[in-house]
Amino acid sequence: MKIELRAEPFDPLAELQRHQVERLELKGRYGATAIFIGTMRDYSDRLSIGRMMLEHYPGMTERQLRKLVEIASQQWPLLDALVIHRVGELRPSDPIVLVAVWSAHRAEAFAACRSIMEELKSKAPFWKREDTAAGPRWVERNTPG
Amino acid sequence: MTVYVKYFASLRDRLGRAGDQVSVAETTTVAEIWATLWPEIALPSNTLAAVNMEYASLQQSVRDGDEVAFFPPVTGG
Repeated sequence: MKIELRAEPFDPLAELQRHQVERLELKGRYGATAIFIGTMRDYSDRLSIGRMMLEHYPGMTERQLRKLVEIASQQWPLLDALVIHRVGELRPSDPIVLVAVWSAHRAEAFAACRSIMEELKSKAPFWKREDTAAGPRWVERNTPG
Repeated sequence: MTVYVKYFASLRDRLGRAGDQVSVAETTTVAEIWATLWPEIALPSNTLAAVNMEYASLQQSVRDGDEVAFFPPVTGG
């Protein structure tokens, strides 16, 4: 299991490839990999967004991410999980989050990936502040999944 | 006892500072910490609280040296 916060842009597909190479011992054991990549849009609530700041609570954010991945690992038989989340300043089209899980079969991979993502949205302490054409604003709630 | 308080995101902006250090009596709850620091500001109903980086209810009691955080609903991902 690997959980990381990044202050600079990252390439989710390159990260996935690197992670799979690092975890060569899993080769042949997993039959399913489910991934979710969240990317910054250039609009929100009909306003165009030029930039976004992602604030977090250093220490608690990492702890809560680890906890929700551990809970998913207890619920489904996962072989591995990788979560990378951005903090700091983002621009439209920048990846925000990568969630990837590896398991023997697809049902648990799909379910765990979805669960980790939904739990992250409601429990991991991150806050988005968007710079809109009408000025900066804090995002107050998540859109329905 | 001394408790260290942190505020995040829109709540920090509204309060105008990122944290406080407060001396309170033993057997103080999270809600009482807020009331001591901000007697004139009702805690917004959707505020989340944490004690030592774990989510906590407003009724949870705090201990000497604890870090208490108040923040709005989270919006990551």
